[in-house]
Amino acid sequence: MSEELFPEPEWLSEEVKTGTTIIAVTFDGGVVLGSDSRVSAGESVVNRVMNKLSPLHDKIYCALSGSAADAQTIAEMVNYQLDVHSIEVEADPLVCSAATLVKNISYKYKEELSAHLIVAGWDKKKGGQVYATLSGLLTRQPFAIGGSGSFYINGFVDAEFRKNMTKRECQEFVVNALTLAMGRDGSSGGVAYVVTIDKDGAEEKCILGNELPKFFDE
Amino acid sequence: MATVSVCQYHRGGFSFENCKRNALLEADINKLGFSSPAARKTGTTICGVVYKDGVVLGADTRATEGMVVADKNCSKIHYISPNVYCCGAGTAADTEMTTQIISSNLELHSLSTGRLPRVATANRMLKQMLFRYQGYIGAALVLGGVDSTGPQLYSIYPHGSTDKLPYVTMGSGSLAAMAVFEDRYRPNMEEEEAKRLVRDAIAAGIFNDLGSGSNIDLCVITKGKVDYLRPHDVANKKGVREDKINGRPETGNYRYKHGTTGVLTKAVTPLNLEVVEESVQTMDTS
Repeated sequence: MSEELFPEPEWLSEEVKTGTTIIAVTFDGGVVLGSDSRVSAGESVVNRVMNKLSPLHDKIYCALSGSAADAQTIAEMVNYQLDVHSIEVEADPLVCSAATLVKNISYKYKEELSAHLIVAGWDKKKGGQVYATLSGLLTRQPFAIGGSGSFYINGFVDAEFRKNMTKRECQEFVVNALTLAMGRDGSSGGVAYVVTIDKDGAEEKCILGNELPKFFDE
Repeated sequence: MATVSVCQYHRGGFSFENCKRNALLEADINKLGFSSPAARKTGTTICGVVYKDGVVLGADTRATEGMVVADKNCSKIHYISPNVYCCGAGTAADTEMTTQIISSNLELHSLSTGRLPRVATANRMLKQMLFRYQGYIGAALVLGGVDSTGPQLYSIYPHGSTDKLPYVTMGSGSLAAMAVFEDRYRPNMEEEEAKRLVRDAIAAGIFNDLGSGSNIDLCVITKGKVDYLRPHDVANKKGVREDKINGRPETGNYRYKHGTTGVLTKAVTPLNLEVVEESVQTMDTS
């Protein structure tokens, strides 16, 4: 009998990753964020309904990707820091402030962490904004994609994005992008979570697998 | 007179001083051809489910050390607070100590707030501690309980990520148990149905995973009441050996009847011994 009759289960040593598709897009008057819901440890799916769109404040959300533990911890730390900051300035925080806080943690611990967060929201000063914080840089973009599934839709988003879309068009764009990525990336799947943020607040929606749009599927 | 060494203050938390020693020993032992003893793992099936009035937690009772069963009836459902219990998979020592540390901190916290502790508090404390140790504490936990906000169930991974779900499984038998859950889980089940579901999920892990076995422990937590059912189900009963020659069952009886072995000769030699000296020493046992 070989030693491998009872091998240690992989997930015990494998870090839990969110092997993901995340996307954030600005439209005229706000932003739309979208994510899939699959969390994997090695080859096993440990959570098929995880909401990777984490609130940092009332009108600021972030999308998580990479190592689940690192991403969750960063989001919770920044949530706490933003709460304190907004009490100190007695106003709603700027999206730029939230993104800077995320960037500071990502940059300072860049060797130890392996998580990428996209920060998006609405504030009075600049309206809807999307910031990417990969590896500790901070850049404002009209839209941003991230996660393992994002590689499959780079061409799609570059071709289909238009400036100043309406809210409806933007939501459709996000759902289409997520569906295409989930269809091709093994580490993305489950349901699609979509959050729309504008001056009136944040609206969360969950789109089940069978309600997603159908593309060429043979 | 100067002291030769300075007394070092013992800082709280884990001490990793033995890791260097272990690394040196490991190198030497391997040269001689032996292997160092493996940490005892619980190679487990644990699971939990949220039902109408609360949560049901379940666990098997086998602890393994490599390929050998080290403990046939170990307890994997640990007490955290009167309304919160936690099942542990992974390295047995890590789950035991981690849950005890958090249980103690939570009791102090609850005395300070004057309220019954919340499940979310226990979750935060556990995930922050596990993240701090970057996955080196091999504790994978299923945390469940009922507090003022209702019944809640969390799964916590060794690197510090957590998921809040209506049903979770962990351990080497988690895939077998999850298959049962995915088939039969419904929201708002009754208590008996939930207990049966958890029992079946653990049984699936026990019979289909080598690292899980023996009995099924259950813990039913509702508002104001906890039922710790250990064992709930003795799935693997030890059999009784039969001795066919005598006709009635005898387990491991190696007594032979007088006359089985024939005696050929007998010689008796008395030894005359006299007492030379006698001294009594009393021990103080107070």
